[in-house]
Amino acid sequence: MFGAAIGAIGLNILVGTTGQLSLGHAFFLAVGGISYCWLSGESNDAGAHPYVGLGLPPLLGMVLAVGISGLAGLLFSPIGARLKGLYLGIASLGMVFVGIHVFNSVDQVSGGHNGRTVPEFSLFGFTFDDSDPELYVLNVEFEKFERLWYLGLVLAVGCYLFARATLNGRPGRALRAVRDSEIAASVNGVNVTSYRAKAFLLSSMYAGLSGVLFALAIGSVAPESFAIEISVQYLAMIVLGGLGSVGGACAGAAFVTALPYVLGEYAASIPGLSEPGTGGVSYSEAARYAYGAAVILVIIFWPTGLAGIARSLKLVSMRRAARNAPT
Amino acid sequence: MTTFLSFLINGLSLGSLYALIALGFVIIYKASEILNFAHGAFLLLGAYVIARLEPSVGFFAAVAIGIVATALVAFVSERVLFSRVRSAHMASLTIMTLGLDLIITTDLTRRIGSSVLSLGQPWGAGVVRVGGVSISENRLIAIVVAFVLIGLLFAAFRFTSWGVALRAAAEDGEAAALMGIRQARVGAVAWIIAGGLAAVAAVFLTGSPTPGLEPNLRTIAFAAFPAAILGGLDSTTGALAGGLIVGVAESLFAGYNASLTFLGGGFSVVVPYAVMMLVLVARPAGLFGTKELHRV
Repeated sequence: MFGAAIGAIGLNILVGTTGQLSLGHAFFLAVGGISYCWLSGESNDAGAHPYVGLGLPPLLGMVLAVGISGLAGLLFSPIGARLKGLYLGIASLGMVFVGIHVFNSVDQVSGGHNGRTVPEFSLFGFTFDDSDPELYVLNVEFEKFERLWYLGLVLAVGCYLFARATLNGRPGRALRAVRDSEIAASVNGVNVTSYRAKAFLLSSMYAGLSGVLFALAIGSVAPESFAIEISVQYLAMIVLGGLGSVGGACAGAAFVTALPYVLGEYAASIPGLSEPGTGGVSYSEAARYAYGAAVILVIIFWPTGLAGIARSLKLVSMRRAARNAPT
Repeated sequence: MTTFLSFLINGLSLGSLYALIALGFVIIYKASEILNFAHGAFLLLGAYVIARLEPSVGFFAAVAIGIVATALVAFVSERVLFSRVRSAHMASLTIMTLGLDLIITTDLTRRIGSSVLSLGQPWGAGVVRVGGVSISENRLIAIVVAFVLIGLLFAAFRFTSWGVALRAAAEDGEAAALMGIRQARVGAVAWIIAGGLAAVAAVFLTGSPTPGLEPNLRTIAFAAFPAAILGGLDSTTGALAGGLIVGVAESLFAGYNASLTFLGGGFSVVVPYAVMMLVLVARPAGLFGTKELHRV
């Protein structure tokens, strides 16, 4: 989930702040996730589908994977910087399809159609798996998912603060200027092409980190894990959260990732839902209906998303406080 | 040589179907500045309605109902959803069409399940051979129907008052409105036509050599995006040219796959996107698209 939040922040920098429509986020997630597996994983010569791994320390692998994603973003930026609006959207959509094909072809790296297992993350001898070392906090055993949860939390907070600082400072103003009017921005001394390329770079690095965490969480990745649906989910997150808002992106990510789980948990008590495979509406389908509808309704009724709702609530309470304040 | 001609003709036929879908994108874009990602869902919907009705009312009636139903859904979604949010951010509009697409495809995928529905095309799976060049009857009829429809559409753009209004609205929406052009009506008609075209394309895309209607029809329809983009999103000629280029390229790469193994297996699926990227590097607004000019 925190992986999703990081990815959503990254996409929001590109789409919400800079105004560049991108459907290619899944591709950068794939680059991050798969190159982490390649860098830190062990080679597997056994079986019909051998793949190689460099066996680097996981932390180094993660950093390098983020670097490679950034590089992929830079490589795309000659196309990205020239295209505008929907053309960029479709070009990045193409990138997802071409990317899956390329990853399937280099099966030495990606494991091909069958994918490969993701190496456990470890930090200075502390592994993020079920045991080794055993860890109890307040009598709760910390297993793989708890450990990854906190790893994600720390990384997400770091990414959140960095994005806030960047967007509230000079680069953020420059990017918003590019979004609102490229001509005005360039007249005011903003190098439009370079800022757009930098936004792409930053966004793809965030996506790369998000991809690494995604891979760690699901434990096994194949190129098909990063299909166009992933890009759509990320776009839904930032639109639901509110375009251009870092906190909103996190809220949107929480909503979209949690929805299927929550519906799955309560599937038995919601009328009209049935077990998968019985012909009725299963909870994963219900989740798809729900967030398809949520996206449409939010855009029609609250175009500023969750961040906008939060902002107007704050305004209302401030006004009420001002009215009640003794004069 | 004859194999090459076969691939070429089959490519042209596939391309004319892509062109039908791409024209749908283009006229919707011209009328309401939305790139409709729900178009794949419209195709699926049209094919599904036809497949379900065909046993009871016969093929041609089913097709007629399918076209009307798809056009109606397109019209309603324009009226109820998209006409309300004209000024929204491009990403919002895009994700909104994606949301609609998600709802429709989830529902239809659930209904279709893993079965392959037949639309019951009366021309069946026959193959026509002319001097060693072979093409399925379905694809041959597709070329004819597609070109007749495209011809009619181009005539409509040129000679009907709706066509003139559409071109005016695309050129300068505000000026068009001041001249008394009702943009709401232009937009509605554009969505109706696009929906109908999608249903027609669906009829031929599910015919031979494809086995029938499967949920992945939507993915096939995705290849029409690069077609619309590489031709230029605001150009109807571009949609036609783009559709044909993409169709022929895909068919050629699929045909000569055996001698192109260095590109990886199944490269033909990504050919449309690869071609599009090459074109966009050279011409960022597509082949026939209008370049954005800036005056300061």
